[in-house]
Amino acid sequence: MFEKIWDAHLVRAASADTPAILYVDLHLVHEVTSPQAFTWLREKGLKVRRPERTVATMDHSTPTTPRGRDGRIPVLDNAAATQIAALEKNCADFGIELHALGTKGQGIVHVIGPELGLTQPGSVIVCGDSHTSTHGAFGALAFGIGTSEVSHVLATQSLLQNPSKTLAVTVDGKLRPGVTAKDLVLAVIARLGIGGGTGHVIEYRGSAIRALSMEERMTVCNMSIEAGARAGMIAPDDTTFAYLKGRPRAPTGAAWEQAVAAWRQLPSDEGATFDREEKLDASALEPMITYGTNPGMGIPISAAVPEPANPTAAKALKYMGLEAKQPLLGHKVDVVFIGSCTNSRLSDLRAAAGVMKGRRVADGVRVLVVPGSQQIKAAAEAEGLDRVFREAGAEWREAGCSMCIAMNGDQLSPGQYAVSTSNRNFEGRQGAGGRTFLASPLTAAAAAITGKITDARELT
Amino acid sequence: MDKVTTIKSRTVVLPVENVDTDQIIPARFLKATSKAGLGSKLFADWRFAADGAPKADFVLNQPAAAGAAVLVAGDNFGCGSSREHAPWALCDYGFRAVVSTSIADIFRNNSLKNGLVPIVVDAATHARLLAAPGVEVTVDVAAQTLTLPDGTKAKFPIDPFARYCLLNGVDELEFLLSQEAAITAFEAKR
Repeated sequence: MFEKIWDAHLVRAASADTPAILYVDLHLVHEVTSPQAFTWLREKGLKVRRPERTVATMDHSTPTTPRGRDGRIPVLDNAAATQIAALEKNCADFGIELHALGTKGQGIVHVIGPELGLTQPGSVIVCGDSHTSTHGAFGALAFGIGTSEVSHVLATQSLLQNPSKTLAVTVDGKLRPGVTAKDLVLAVIARLGIGGGTGHVIEYRGSAIRALSMEERMTVCNMSIEAGARAGMIAPDDTTFAYLKGRPRAPTGAAWEQAVAAWRQLPSDEGATFDREEKLDASALEPMITYGTNPGMGIPISAAVPEPANPTAAKALKYMGLEAKQPLLGHKVDVVFIGSCTNSRLSDLRAAAGVMKGRRVADGVRVLVVPGSQQIKAAAEAEGLDRVFREAGAEWREAGCSMCIAMNGDQLSPGQYAVSTSNRNFEGRQGAGGRTFLASPLTAAAAAITGKITDARELT
Repeated sequence: MDKVTTIKSRTVVLPVENVDTDQIIPARFLKATSKAGLGSKLFADWRFAADGAPKADFVLNQPAAAGAAVLVAGDNFGCGSSREHAPWALCDYGFRAVVSTSIADIFRNNSLKNGLVPIVVDAATHARLLAAPGVEVTVDVAAQTLTLPDGTKAKFPIDPFARYCLLNGVDELEFLLSQEAAITAFEAKR
C-alpha cells in the first residue's frame, strides 16, 4: 500500500543525485509551526501554490477555557494571541481556508481533517506536526514535517523525500472487554521501543485491526510516531467508506462510486512483502499504562515497574518518583486529562462518561475533559455527556490540544501526577516537573473516580 | 543556508538516550513567530532550575562546554515532536553537528535544512566519544567522516542531495522551485 501511494504521487522519481519529488494532496496548517514559513514566503515573494489543498486551524496554543459572556474564547497570553493573529493574517493574505478559534469547524488539526472528510484514502497528507500519522487510519500516506518543509509545500505543493522502509504490524485475535485501541497501540510501542520504528512506515494489519472503528484506527495510527515510525497506515475497507460517506468534503454521486472503486485497489496485494514484520495477539492484551518518560515504557496495568535496564531508564524512574518492582495500581493521581488527538473523539468521551456516570470525582483530583473539536463538543452535549462530566465534578472545556502540549494555560504543576489519554509522557511534556501516566479513556476515567491508578474493569 | 564543509570542535557529551525534542526545547517556548534567540531556551528544563538559576551539574553549564559545536548524545536523538524549533535552538546556541547511534527521522530532516549535521556513527566510535568528553573532532561533510584525535576516521551516512546542499549552501526550496514545470505537468496529468 505504501508503494502504491508513493508511486501515484511521484512528480519525479529519485535519481542518483536527488531524492524523489512527492506531490501533496492535503496540507494541514496550524498556528505554531507555520508563522516562520509564511514569513519566508513573503521574503521570497512567493505565493501559496494550491490554497485549495491547504486547510488551517488553531489548536496548540489556544486556550480551552470556557467562553465569556460575549461567546468568545478569551486569549489572555500575549504570545499566543500574536501567534493566533499571525495565522489569521497569513490565511487571509494567502487565501487559505481557516477554522479559527471560536468557530464551529475549529478543533485539533488531526481531528477536523477526518471529520470534514478531507482525509481520504490514497492521499498524501502532511502537516507541521508529528501526529499527522493519525490520518493513515484511512489508508493515506500521512506524516509530520518541519517548518522548512511547510514552506516547501506551501510554495510548491511538493516535497523532496526518500522512501521509508515498511514494517507490518499484524494484530490478530480479539481484544477482551475493557481493552481498547489505546491499549493495543501502547502494547505495540512497548514491543517496538521508542526508536524501534525509525526509518519505517508501519502498516497495521490483522483481524484485530480490521475489527476497529475508524476512531479506534485513528488512535492506533496517531501513536505510530511514538515508536519512531514516520507514518502508520491501515488499508481502507467498508468501515472506512462508511465513515467517509456524506462528510462535507467527501466525493458525492458518481464521483463517490469512482473514488470507492479506486480506494478498493489500495490495500497491499496478497503476498506483499515488508522489510520487517511484528506480530501481536490481541486476546492476550491487558489495559496498558506507561511508567516512565517515553511512550515505549508501557506495561500491563497490573504489572510492577520493571528494573531499569540502563542509566537512562533509571533517570526516568527517578523523574517519575517510582521504584523498580513497585505496582502502579493504587498509585495516587492529582490530575486526569481526557483529550488530545489520540483520544478526544466522541467514542472516547462516551467511554469515559460510561465510567463516570453517576459517580463523583475523588476529592482533590482535577479532571479536564477536552473534546477534540467544536463539532465533537456539540455532539457530546447533544447526548448529555457534558452533564455526566460536570455532575461528576470534571471540567468540560473548549476544543484544543490542551494539556497534551501544555502551551495554552492547561498544565501540571511540578511534581503532580496525571493519568492522561494523550500521547507523550516526556519529562515536562504536560508542564515543567509534571509526571504523566499514559492510558486509555477508560483507565483515565477510573482514576478520576478513585484518585488512584485503577483497572476500570474492577471498578465496582 | 550557509555552506557547511568542515567542523573542527571539541565535543559536549550528553550520555542520555532518547532525547526528545520536548527536552531540546520545551513547548512553552514555541509561541514565537520567528526563530531568533531560541538558543537561550535550549534544554531549558535541564539547564535551569525553576527560578532560572543554571543547574551546575548539567553539562552545558560546565566551563568545558563553552564554545563546543559538536554534541554527542545517546541513541535515538531528537525523537518525538516535529518542531523545527529544536534544530533552530541547537544552531542558535552554537552547535553545528549532533552525533549519536541513531537520529529520529523528522529531526534529521529538519537539521539538514538548517545546516546542523546529523551524524550517525557505529557503536564503537560512539562509545569512544562518550568515554572521552571534550575531545577535539573534525567533521568532513564531503568525505562523510568524523575524525577522532588519534586520526581514526568514522564514516557516516548522508543523503547525496543533502550533502550537496550543505557543501554549497543550497536551500532545498530553490531546487523545488526549479522543478515548476514537472510539478505543473504532474498536476495536469492527474
